[in-house]
Amino acid sequence: MDWISLILIPAIKSVLLVVVLLTGFAYLSYIERKLVARFQVRYGPNRAGPFGALQPIADALKMVFKEEIIPLHVDRLVYVLAPALTVIPALVIWAVIPVSGGSITIFGQTITPYVADVNVGLLYILAIASLGTYGIVLAGWSSNNKYSLLGGLRTGSQMLSYELPMGIALASVVLIAGSLSLVDIVNAQSVVWFVVLQPIGFIIYFISGLAEAGRSPFDLPETENELVSGFATEYGGIKFALFFMGEYIHMITISALATTFFLGGWYGPFVGQIPILGLAYFLIKVAFVIFLIIWVRASLPRVRYDQLMRFCWKFLLPLSLLNLAVTAVVVLLVG
Amino acid sequence: MLSAVWSGSVETLRAMWITLKHLFRPPVTNQFPSEPVAVYPRFRGRHVLKRYDNGLERCIGCSLCAAACPTDCILVIAGENTEENRRSPGERYAEVYEINLLRCIFCGYCAEACPTEAIVLEHDFALATYDRWDAIITQEELLEPHEPEHIRIRDDRVWVEPRWGHIK
Repeated sequence: MDWISLILIPAIKSVLLVVVLLTGFAYLSYIERKLVARFQVRYGPNRAGPFGALQPIADALKMVFKEEIIPLHVDRLVYVLAPALTVIPALVIWAVIPVSGGSITIFGQTITPYVADVNVGLLYILAIASLGTYGIVLAGWSSNNKYSLLGGLRTGSQMLSYELPMGIALASVVLIAGSLSLVDIVNAQSVVWFVVLQPIGFIIYFISGLAEAGRSPFDLPETENELVSGFATEYGGIKFALFFMGEYIHMITISALATTFFLGGWYGPFVGQIPILGLAYFLIKVAFVIFLIIWVRASLPRVRYDQLMRFCWKFLLPLSLLNLAVTAVVVLLVG
Repeated sequence: MLSAVWSGSVETLRAMWITLKHLFRPPVTNQFPSEPVAVYPRFRGRHVLKRYDNGLERCIGCSLCAAACPTDCILVIAGENTEENRRSPGERYAEVYEINLLRCIFCGYCAEACPTEAIVLEHDFALATYDRWDAIITQEELLEPHEPEHIRIRDDRVWVEPRWGHIK
């Protein structure tokens, strides 16, 4: 009966993750609009349902029933494929994130709180995360339009640039944890969270994460005032919604990774006695990081493109290298 | 380099502190159709024709308002008061009184010209209609007291930056 533990349980967990993430995306768009509105002393959406809580459903219905327009000059296959390519990597990363501690045994099957404990989990994450760039670059290319192409190229170089400091910041976490597996990295934080040991690493990761997810103040890919939404210019209806979905799920993923690598994952007080608290702690920490991201969006103006590149290559990358070197020396001396 | 990093971080944190303070303030949005809009007492909105306390119309059909109107949007046709049909205290009354709101610029000259203070500009600003002809308002509409629910009259002090939380 290997197929149960090898195929059935991972499949159920994947479906659960996808459903939770897509619902999370829908409500994240509502929560973000609401929060940004309150930051700007407005109400935000409050017409659909109580407190506007049905707004995501209204938005989804509107997007689904929009007329499907494929411009004549686009490369049809790539054009249709690109939105999916941005969503899938953001979802697939979740396979290795442990959302809770311990494991449950039902009908003799041990169910772990992650889909897979990959021993090169961090490399897997970095590899998959860079795949997300393809969707956007291909969207810009296949749209056959100068704004889209510029937006796509910008996004490509932005994401490639910011992957470096992000990867190096995560490498210093790996040095302390001594493992690439996310489960081991979380377990290494049972006493002290890595945000305490790696404050600079956390800040570098957070800033690069903003740039990776295309969030303000690094939302250069979609600068509506200079590139008419960049790579998304030629997209409408549900295909546009997929880009939107990709961006928001990416944001959730970045927050979950920040939680896993720096904020102690599912660890928290009394988690040893009551295992279900682990999931709650994980969700609370993810929500906190998402709040931080929205807060930054409400506070800071968008940077210029040359500032974006200079900040990455001349400041963030040397700083992360320095951080890595110091961490390596300290780890060698202490442990 | 170091000072740039320091000042950049300080500025970023200051920006975030400001937005965080605003997060806990009540919204200033006026939810217009469900919440009334406050206008000043001297706000010039839709016209109203006034009556005396005994019910007689103040308008005496003198057409001074129409003469004063820079856009020529007022039509007054006067009729003679008789003992059986007395509508205003003077010799004449306005048999027809129409204002074309599409032409009116709400300057208030008609109210200034009026010798009996019969026509005044009151506070209604929601004047949209489905039919262009409905924008011409007649004497019957003008004579009725007109205090729609979507308007509240605020006090006449000069507007100052409201203290947050004390805005209502």
